[in-house]
Amino acid sequence: MAVFEKITIAKAINESLRDAMEADPKVLVMGEDVGKLGGVFRVTDGLQKDFGEDRVIDTPLAESGIVGTAIGMALRGYRPVLEIQFDGFVFPAYDQIVTQLAKMHARALGKIKLPIVIRIPYGGAIGAVEHHSESPETLFAHVAGLKVITPSNSSDAYWMLKQAIAGNDPVIYFEPKRRYHDKSALDTEAIPHPLHKARVTREGSDLTLAAYGPMVKVCQDVAQVAEEEGRSIEIVDLRSLSPIDFDTLQSSVEKTRRLVVVHEAPVFLGSGAEIAARITERCFYHLEAPVLRVGGYHAPYPPSRLEDEYLPNLDRVLDAVDRSLAY
Amino acid sequence: MTVDSTAARKATRSSGKRATAKKTPGGTAAKAKAGTKAPAAAPASAEQDPDQFVQLLTPEGERVEHPEYAIDLSADELRGLYRDMVLTRKFDAEATTLQRQGELGLWPSLLGQEAAQIGSGRALRDDDYVFPTYREHGVAWCRGVDPTNLLGMFRGVNHGGWDPNSNNFHLYTIVIGSQTLHATGYAMGVQKDGADSAVIAYFGDGASSQGDVAESFTFAAVYNAPVVFFCQNNQWAISEPTEKQTRVPLFQRARGYGFPGVRVDGNDVLAVLAVTKAALDRARTGQGPMLVEAYTYRMGAHTTSDDPTRYRGNDELLAWEAKDPILRLRRYLEAEGIADEAFFASVEKEDEALGKRVRDAVRTMPNPDDMAMFEHIYADGHALVDEERAQFAAYQASFAEEN
Repeated sequence: MAVFEKITIAKAINESLRDAMEADPKVLVMGEDVGKLGGVFRVTDGLQKDFGEDRVIDTPLAESGIVGTAIGMALRGYRPVLEIQFDGFVFPAYDQIVTQLAKMHARALGKIKLPIVIRIPYGGAIGAVEHHSESPETLFAHVAGLKVITPSNSSDAYWMLKQAIAGNDPVIYFEPKRRYHDKSALDTEAIPHPLHKARVTREGSDLTLAAYGPMVKVCQDVAQVAEEEGRSIEIVDLRSLSPIDFDTLQSSVEKTRRLVVVHEAPVFLGSGAEIAARITERCFYHLEAPVLRVGGYHAPYPPSRLEDEYLPNLDRVLDAVDRSLAY
Repeated sequence: MTVDSTAARKATRSSGKRATAKKTPGGTAAKAKAGTKAPAAAPASAEQDPDQFVQLLTPEGERVEHPEYAIDLSADELRGLYRDMVLTRKFDAEATTLQRQGELGLWPSLLGQEAAQIGSGRALRDDDYVFPTYREHGVAWCRGVDPTNLLGMFRGVNHGGWDPNSNNFHLYTIVIGSQTLHATGYAMGVQKDGADSAVIAYFGDGASSQGDVAESFTFAAVYNAPVVFFCQNNQWAISEPTEKQTRVPLFQRARGYGFPGVRVDGNDVLAVLAVTKAALDRARTGQGPMLVEAYTYRMGAHTTSDDPTRYRGNDELLAWEAKDPILRLRRYLEAEGIADEAFFASVEKEDEALGKRVRDAVRTMPNPDDMAMFEHIYADGHALVDEERAQFAAYQASFAEEN
């Protein structure tokens, strides 16, 4: 238990895993290179040294095997926390996640529980090769039985993971890898925000920006610039994509009457599409402009020399803000 | 839970000490052996070469010995195996009929695989854990799962109607091969707990091509997990023969992963029991996984939706009919005077009663409540599910108001 004035997101996740493992001997960490190496991003650094190879398990290089065996261990009473090394490598495990992990609790009419957390570093802007920069969150949020969450800062990184591990449902925990080394405060003795509640991280009156994970920081920069131009932007950090806290979003939009949703994932059938539809339904008479979306294109994630053009950035979000305000 | 098979199961267990498999196999069963009595009937093909094929009871009902696997069962136990196979076949036939009558949407018959399932099912201890495919009706029987509970998913009232932990029998898994990983992970958990239980993963010749099965072999081998991979090679994956899945006998796959594999006559309940028990004992004593290939035959269609006449001939069917698992045990029981007419008559009577019970249970099985689809999606709840449940309830209620 500690108070950190400044701690990186990566270290906050490490602290969270450590505290969860100390609190519950059934919590296991599994994945490729999570042991001695401490993970390719060093998120699990030191855990195997302190908790042993029996609880911090270097697995064969087989993602379906990682998730499938974790299901078996959960059936035996364990709480595995899995690491998928990169977003683009989760697909060999997609079958186990969708056909087994998500559905088994319902299949068993509630008789068995699968408290499994799958950590996936996601998103771009790190200059990586193919398959290392993707944002597949909607592919999981679309599946009933899974919960999908993603933190944008160190405190949420710590608390949301801890809450997910303590819960009894399968959770996909997306880690904004380009923000791993961003520092912010963490109080491990604070009372945590409810796991699936969004948070208004900046109050404003002219327009709401809804974002999550790596895009929250971009939206903060946008709000700063907009303020200098005399526009008051409210930011809602969604934090959870399954379920999505539409109540918080609705309150915000009823106040600002304008909404722009920002994510790295492709716009087409992305979470922004669902948010636009639901907010239109809930706030039809409040809206002054259609809900706009800023995100990736319907193209394979481009080579890294082009990613700055592909990813939503300050200018692209500002452009959407301008378009919304022009209605 | 009322279960017909419980009594037989207990009897088997209490006297199970005698059903010993003499030794633990060190490698594949493909070892040279000397002085072993050859099976009375010559093997049908090289695939049933006695050096690579464990058999203790020939199709003619003659007991033969094997140098690595022995079995010594009491008369009660032998009669119990016969009864299990007959009642399982009856239940299966009844389910097929119920599908034809429109009471079930689908049924995957186990016809022909009774020995593979009863032999392996009776090798298990209560604390062992089973991960089945969707065809393990005989194993379910051995575990004491009420057979009528298996029918809910095929009638469309649920996706699995039993508590897996009541009988250590996991739900049927329809996605081919997925459960082999669950079994391996469960076994890794058993190992972490320091328990001496074993886990058994059922799968088929078709599933052997799945990546998940390969990955489960890797994980089980690397962690030395106490799991037995029990492959029922029933020769057909819907319309595709085993040759479309493999260029080597399936049991030999194990060697490449670093654990033993053995092929057993899957229509010989005694051999299956002996081999599975040895494999389970091996697992529970820390010697790691083993692959058992039960060489058998799917006498019926893949499911009631399948038409096997489109892809296989009658000769093959007749050849396997001659190796029927129940017939050969009956011949043995009769020849040795282990069972008399009164016994066979009593099984037949039970058979009829079971059939009636299954028919009645299915025909009176209630449809689930409309709201059931919103239940148990999440253990801790989910806002969207709550919202949609309420919307659906309001929509349903709107009709009630109109009336």
